[in-house]
Amino acid sequence: MIALALLLALVAVVAPGFFSAANVRDLALNNAPVLLVSIGMTMVILVGEIDISVGSQFAVCTVAAGWLAKLGVPMLILPLLVLAIGAAMGAFNGVLVGRLRLPSIIVTLAMLVAWRDGLRWVTQGAWVQNLPDDFQWFGFGQRFGQWLIVLIALLLFTTISWIFRHLAAGRAVFAVGSDAEAARLAGIDPRRVVFGVFTLTGALVGLAALLNGVRFSTVPSNAGLGLELKAVAAVVVGGAAITGGRGTFAGTLIGTALLGIVGTSLTFMGVNPFWEKAIQGAIILAALISDVALGRLEHRRRLSLAR
Amino acid sequence: MKEHPLPLLEACEVSKAYAGVQALSEVSFALQAREVHALVGENGAGKSTLIRIITGAEEPDRGEIRLGGAKIESNSPRAAHERGIFAIYQQPALFPELTVAENIAIGMEKPGRWGRIDWAGRRRRAAELLARVGAQINPGTLAGDLSMPEQQLVEIARALGAEARVLILDEPTASLSEQNAQNLFAVIRELRLQGVGVIYISHRLEELPQIADRVTVLRDGRAIETRSMSDVSRAQLIHLMVGREISSVYPKREVEPGAVVLELRDLGCSEAGIADVNLSVRAGEIVGLAGLVGAGRTDLARIIFGLLPADSGEIRLRGKAVKLDHPGQAIKNGIAYVPEDRRRHGVILQMQIDCNITLSVLDQFSGFGGLDFRRERASAADFATRLRIKTPALYSPVASLSGGNQQKVALSRWLLTKPAVLILDEPTQGIDIGAKSEIHVLMSELAGQGVAILMISSELPEILGISDRIAVMRGGRIVATLDRSAATQAEIMALALGRPAEQSSDPAPVPVVG
Repeated sequence: MIALALLLALVAVVAPGFFSAANVRDLALNNAPVLLVSIGMTMVILVGEIDISVGSQFAVCTVAAGWLAKLGVPMLILPLLVLAIGAAMGAFNGVLVGRLRLPSIIVTLAMLVAWRDGLRWVTQGAWVQNLPDDFQWFGFGQRFGQWLIVLIALLLFTTISWIFRHLAAGRAVFAVGSDAEAARLAGIDPRRVVFGVFTLTGALVGLAALLNGVRFSTVPSNAGLGLELKAVAAVVVGGAAITGGRGTFAGTLIGTALLGIVGTSLTFMGVNPFWEKAIQGAIILAALISDVALGRLEHRRRLSLAR
Repeated sequence: MKEHPLPLLEACEVSKAYAGVQALSEVSFALQAREVHALVGENGAGKSTLIRIITGAEEPDRGEIRLGGAKIESNSPRAAHERGIFAIYQQPALFPELTVAENIAIGMEKPGRWGRIDWAGRRRRAAELLARVGAQINPGTLAGDLSMPEQQLVEIARALGAEARVLILDEPTASLSEQNAQNLFAVIRELRLQGVGVIYISHRLEELPQIADRVTVLRDGRAIETRSMSDVSRAQLIHLMVGREISSVYPKREVEPGAVVLELRDLGCSEAGIADVNLSVRAGEIVGLAGLVGAGRTDLARIIFGLLPADSGEIRLRGKAVKLDHPGQAIKNGIAYVPEDRRRHGVILQMQIDCNITLSVLDQFSGFGGLDFRRERASAADFATRLRIKTPALYSPVASLSGGNQQKVALSRWLLTKPAVLILDEPTQGIDIGAKSEIHVLMSELAGQGVAILMISSELPEILGISDRIAVMRGGRIVATLDRSAATQAEIMALALGRPAEQSSDPAPVPVVG
């Protein structure tokens, strides 16, 4: 939070142009899909697993959306199909990790490669072009379409945060992420919880791919490269424990915003964009270190109060 | 007790505070060579903190530790080892994937002393040390393949190999059968003869006269009194520990048992080696399940709770056969299970206390607006008061509580499900005597309300004190069911061990050197 405020203040001084309406809108648009994927990643990390196949799932869903549109699937049904495809890929991970108890990092690494290269083989790297007119911005026109995308992302963010705080299902995710065996003894079925989380994440990835895809008139076959890293980074910068059981969606929102803004603000401040990734890495490390340092400080403060 | 001029190890007015809590205040304590000195006190009395300071895991705020009269400067776990101070905890800390000989060699072999690993030497040394603690263990075995009592002996051998002068045993008998505990005592006596000073921590007061020379009582971070073991009774010790009288150690309330609630018919599970189990528990009845560690008691409980699949026989609840494939089904059928290893699985340590309590019955608090936090917290607060859970705040993580209070949180969760059958697996293992008696009172109350209780316990006085009937298990079968009035410790022990001619599932008794 402080880091975000500092960054914004710095940018405001160095490059006032950063806060132009157009730029803020672009930022929100660019990062809305990333936010959706990061929300999914937050759930996966809260339950004590990880999903590094989201980038490849994103690419599959993007291309699928393009093809379905070309096949003439109406824009009312198309989103549901894309979501279903995403959910199916997520469910596949969920079965392997939840049911068969395979380690999620290996399972999703395999899927990362499989979906990505499978897609490359099927599309031969070709983009999907000549999309029907109602594909871009869902046929609503640019202005309304842009609003719609950002609104959907924020609406989902609010809903899922609420669910995790206020419904038993959310509590179950925290319980399984903290101690799966203890949760099982409390009557929660960790297999179902893990399956559910992966499936929901897949659906979110599908939605993210769609919302990203409709911004353009052609659909690339290599979308979402490195998206899994962005999402994991956003969650970690947001203060979640990579070991599961601790973290917030608000943290992830801040993390996504912080990492999203870094890239653009560098451009505005005239820094070579090649630095972007290095600086993102530094932010992740700084987040982890400050987390530990603040914890120690708090501990010491309570100690001194005690005396 | 002869007076020695200079104690082997001495704590002088040691004080230590953690975040707001004075864990130790000006504790003085002296251990002689050739002495077994018991350290007793309720959980949270400061025993662990004192041990952590002696072993160098913590720095004292004030005061000092002296070894052979000289102040120990800049202590650390490594330095403590080099000085010959070793602690052995309830859970053995061996490397399971290394052999016994390798485990013993760690900490003994100084780096650079052997250019190459002297495998034969290692084995020989290990065999020698194992003989000294009277263990018949092949040094080439993987440590992970040993039973708990065997692992303990290996740890003691390792400490001896590193020339231990002070050996600290923290609850060493907590998960040992009576037989294994006796073997351990023999080893301790032998070590004492060899000149080692032993600090012995235990909640099992009845075993202290057998093993300890002197006893020091800690309460609320202060050393209350040090006495010779021969002139202090168990009742006096309890009085010193809690600072108040505990009227009756086992508050058994007479309840007229009702209808049979839980019935097991020819229940078996080949995977766990459980066979032909017939047992019934009636409403208001407490049935104690006795037996050695490894006799199948916990596995039986896990079958009833749907954690292990039974492959023969049936489980009947109120006269109807039920199918229990997972804990959710068992909970729906009114079965509650408080597992043995509460620190690991009875509660979720990093979760808040109130969330832990309501975790199994979140449906009760769910409505259209989601979870009703206010009702949830009120319900948790109600249990915290009823069970006297000592905590500053219900939103603290369970990890911040002492063992006894963690167990109360686990119990609260299951009481909230309003169970018809309550299975308790070692409900008072390793918790202090105050909390222990509170849990016994609670069990009696629940039985009075008509709950059918099945209690697994390795502590015979507890089994005899609180059960209406006692089922004894051996080798996966129930070998006898005794009435409370007819049962004696000796009889239960004999049944649990089996007749001498029969093979028992327990590891072979360990002969003792000396």
